[in-house]
Amino acid sequence: MIRIEKRISNSQNLKSLAKFFSFVIGILISLFFLKFLGIGLIDLIKNIYYDAFGSIYSFTELLIKMVPLLICSIGVSFAFKMKLWNIGSEGQLYIGALASSLIAIYIPLNSHYLMIFLMFLAAFIAGGLWSGLAGFLKVKLNVNEIIVTLLMNYIAILIVDYLVYGPLKDPEGFNFPYSKKFTDIAKLSTFGDTRLHTGIVLAIFLLILYYILMEKSVWGYEVRVIGSNPNAARYAGININKNILIIMILSGGVSALAGFTEVSGVLHRLQHSISPGYGYTAIIIAWLSNQNSIGILFSSLFMALIFLAGDTLQLNYQIPISMVNAFQGILLFTLLTGDFFINHKITMKRRKNA
Amino acid sequence: MEKILELKEISKKFGNFQANKNISFDLYKGEILTILGENGAGKSTLMNIITGFYRSDDGEIYVNGKKVTLTSPKDAIKHGIGMVHQHFMLVKNLTVFENLLVALKDKRFIINKNRYANIFLNIFKKFNLNIDLDLPLWKLSIGEQQWIEIIKLLINDCQILILDEPTTLLTPQETEFLFKFLFELKKEGKSIIFISHKIKEVMEVSDRIVILKKGEVVSILNKEDFNENRISHLMVGTVLKNKYDKDVKPSDDLLLEISNLYAKNDKGLADLQDFNLVVRKSEILGIAGISGNGQKALAEVLTGLKDPYKGKISLNGIDITYGTARQKYIHGIAHIPEDRKAMGIAPDLTVEENLILKNFKDKELGGILLNRKNINRYANDLVEKFNIQYGVKNAPVRLLSGGNIQKVIIARELSENPTILVALYPTRGLDIGSQEFIHQTIIEHQKKGMSTIYISEDLDELFKISDRIAVIFRGKNMGYFEPDNVDKKTIGKMMGGIIKDD
Amino acid sequence: MLDIIIDTTIRAGTPILYATIGAIIMEKSGIINLGIEGLMLIGALSGFYFTFITNSLLIGFLAAILLSAAAGSIHGILTTYLKANQIVSGLALTMFGTGITAMLGKSMVGENIRGLERINTVKDIPFLSPVLNQDIMVYISILLLLLIHFFLYRTTIGLNLRTVGENPYAADNAGINVHLYRLFAVVIGSGIVGLGGAYLSLVYTPLWIENMSAGRGWIAVALVIFSNWDVRKALIGSYLFGGIAANQLRLQAMGTNIPVQILQSLPYLFTILVLIISSLKNDSTKQNQPESLGNPYDREDRV
Repeated sequence: MIRIEKRISNSQNLKSLAKFFSFVIGILISLFFLKFLGIGLIDLIKNIYYDAFGSIYSFTELLIKMVPLLICSIGVSFAFKMKLWNIGSEGQLYIGALASSLIAIYIPLNSHYLMIFLMFLAAFIAGGLWSGLAGFLKVKLNVNEIIVTLLMNYIAILIVDYLVYGPLKDPEGFNFPYSKKFTDIAKLSTFGDTRLHTGIVLAIFLLILYYILMEKSVWGYEVRVIGSNPNAARYAGININKNILIIMILSGGVSALAGFTEVSGVLHRLQHSISPGYGYTAIIIAWLSNQNSIGILFSSLFMALIFLAGDTLQLNYQIPISMVNAFQGILLFTLLTGDFFINHKITMKRRKNA
Repeated sequence: MEKILELKEISKKFGNFQANKNISFDLYKGEILTILGENGAGKSTLMNIITGFYRSDDGEIYVNGKKVTLTSPKDAIKHGIGMVHQHFMLVKNLTVFENLLVALKDKRFIINKNRYANIFLNIFKKFNLNIDLDLPLWKLSIGEQQWIEIIKLLINDCQILILDEPTTLLTPQETEFLFKFLFELKKEGKSIIFISHKIKEVMEVSDRIVILKKGEVVSILNKEDFNENRISHLMVGTVLKNKYDKDVKPSDDLLLEISNLYAKNDKGLADLQDFNLVVRKSEILGIAGISGNGQKALAEVLTGLKDPYKGKISLNGIDITYGTARQKYIHGIAHIPEDRKAMGIAPDLTVEENLILKNFKDKELGGILLNRKNINRYANDLVEKFNIQYGVKNAPVRLLSGGNIQKVIIARELSENPTILVALYPTRGLDIGSQEFIHQTIIEHQKKGMSTIYISEDLDELFKISDRIAVIFRGKNMGYFEPDNVDKKTIGKMMGGIIKDD
Repeated sequence: MLDIIIDTTIRAGTPILYATIGAIIMEKSGIINLGIEGLMLIGALSGFYFTFITNSLLIGFLAAILLSAAAGSIHGILTTYLKANQIVSGLALTMFGTGITAMLGKSMVGENIRGLERINTVKDIPFLSPVLNQDIMVYISILLLLLIHFFLYRTTIGLNLRTVGENPYAADNAGINVHLYRLFAVVIGSGIVGLGGAYLSLVYTPLWIENMSAGRGWIAVALVIFSNWDVRKALIGSYLFGGIAANQLRLQAMGTNIPVQILQSLPYLFTILVLIISSLKNDSTKQNQPESLGNPYDREDRV
């Protein structure tokens, strides 16, 4: 007879092992799909390895992809800590990119630092207000934040599209949906000969800030109490509505900073399709890492690798980049299955007298 | 007499916890058999095995002499075994009709309402019940809901009826009515397993008693061997006291005064209506009443979780009618909530973090950043003082046993020496040892001058600990009593809304 | 003019109607599915692909039902037997559906099929012709809606399903297999959602375009709340959105000065507005939301 029991205490080793196995199985299934599409797997793995770790330069390319993922997943994690499902990180990234670009294009400044600071600030404020709206609706009218933040993604992307196809379109851009290039004043500086920009410093700083706020501060304690049990929070005299608003603003504001680093550090202009779904991936990272700071860092790096693999597939094998989504979906499925085996004990047992 | 149900060597383990160990007994046709045991003795686990909710690790079950395997409640129903659970298995958003129909064993695919309504109404008539089939279930009183649960068994022609602590939520009058009904069923040849931890009512209703302790059968008594002290000894190893000898008396000074208080629930119905209450300093005031008569609203209004819409509350002469939970805490009002897991703790946080749930804003514990060192010292003190048992350090509090979770809550609530404690069913579901501990702790603080509003549905408990008892019925205070000068019958009547006749 | 508006409203509303009906069935059993968007895409691609290779719309529609149901069953199994978080699993399904269809559907981009044709019964009668001259899938959607309403409220299986969604413990106690019912609801619901997707690629456009559902699945999730879990009200919601979506397209075609992107964002804006309105009139006594929606069922969790 097969019996399923809840596992009460579970060791960290077991958890890691189960997660690792789920990962491996997820990747194997994904590889199977690629095989099905007629791709030579050995070659592919070699290519991906080369593209990610072949040289210092390629590794910095991996880090460049990690920056927006890391920033967005910190943003999402703020909300998840309170069990708020902000799945609008993608749209918030676009809004941040938009706000930064407007500053870069329209405000004539000579100081690089002031310019960068203003772009940073504009992105944070715009993203914060954008997702704060969803928080406001949740607090005032109890409108489901999942659907609102998600629908706002579509709207944010359309707003950016409207601008790059219309008023912001570069007149000398051969009709591409691009804005004018930023001047050097509005670009983040890079490390050596690589394209890796100082956005990575911002990302790491945000991660440390996130850790201190959530694990060390009194306010973070309040947030964790609300996340664990809103009734207990009410009982403890914690103002839930105020915290929902603050968290949503913070979560959106941080996600928007990824938009800022992308336009200021990588693209150097506003354009159609800024992100291949970093904001959606951030949801996976935040869930996968259980909002643990170190976990966020490593999951972001891993997801960056998947995006890089997506690029490799697109360039060398003409597979659309959206297959990254498929892989992520499959990975989530196997991880969710793995979770079950972490939390439950399955034993085969023979009954006496049976 | 013929055996209808036989249990042989039933055992069940949860992890390392042995809930049932080699339990064997028989149930005869037409008898009322009680499973008696304190909370945590394994009664519910055993019943869940008999009704197919859990599978036993070992042992056999025979129904009418035939061995059966019960893997789901459906199997149990097929063999004529049905149970009224302590937490009703009803769907509050469905109508009475739909609730009964769901439970009905054989039914056709397309619902013919008239046909089934007639079946149900016939049973209602037989027992003189007057319940509208089209009412959504949540509109029924607790007593009525219990009837629906019992009728669910009768429409399926169950021969073995299991009632899990059915009297907990009833007034003494309703209890009497239920017992009469059970005797009726017995006459019809049905067998009843009655589960309880209240010795007195068990002696009144049972033909035989099976006493369970720590998952094992310690004794099976026949009617002629019933003796309160002996049963008590077998059940908990000691004779239970009827009243504590306290060497502390309430002072004559008033502490808390509630006048003409009104509060509404989320459905807009009145929870408290013209409610008045006076609590003296260093007094334990018991509040008796059937659950759902405004007790929860009273506690919530007092602790700032809910605003009244009319009336006045004053503490030490200060108006505290309105105010947030935080302000009420600062005024020295502590609160043991009704549902400890749903409100009393943040389950994913550690014991330590749960112990500072109320005073985390204190300067010594933090400010901007948490002061882990001081928190640690503060928590260790409480853990030691209240003997809180937890396994791994920094384990989430949800992994603790119910008794230990309650200790965490009480330790936290009493640590700041509150002026008044509002305790809502603080011993519900706990074993005798934990109950005693909680009572003693409250009396301990009474000596230090703390007052307590002790809300419970268990009259025995209230008589044991209270200096005075007030009765709450439909949001109103029906009057005060001194436990020494009143019998439980009178209080029971008032719990059912019958006014004191003097 | 009005006739054209009615006509486009019905046609644009039908895929959303299928998706909303499918989502309601799942939610009635207590399972939230945020994978509707992904399921619609899977339905759209499989419908198109199988029609393309077999030249049979019937096979296309059947394939859409089957493959969406199969994809939905992943969510079903994860959220029942494996007790997974419903939100995460649903998002995974949407990601999976979006990605896999983009990947596998690349060869179908730009291909043509003969879409489903209308039934031409009535000629040039105002109001009546746009209603009566639709394709068969429009009428099937309405028939399905009535059938499901009957199923939920007039049959014992439907009653059992509602019980599972309201109080799985009570259902289990009554001998109802909670996990099986939920899985059944998710699979059937997913199949119906797939039909909505197939309507897009086989009737509405008829083409396969990457990501062609364009948020309709999310709108359906919102419409479940708007319709207060009542399939009859889903009809109103879906046609309302059909109206907005179709008529913004018409405005685009007519060449107004309003930028395309602003017009395109109208359905999303309106969905948010509708959610706000639904919560404004939110009266807790009239709430029809299944009580255990979103909670995994574990018999041993029972107190």
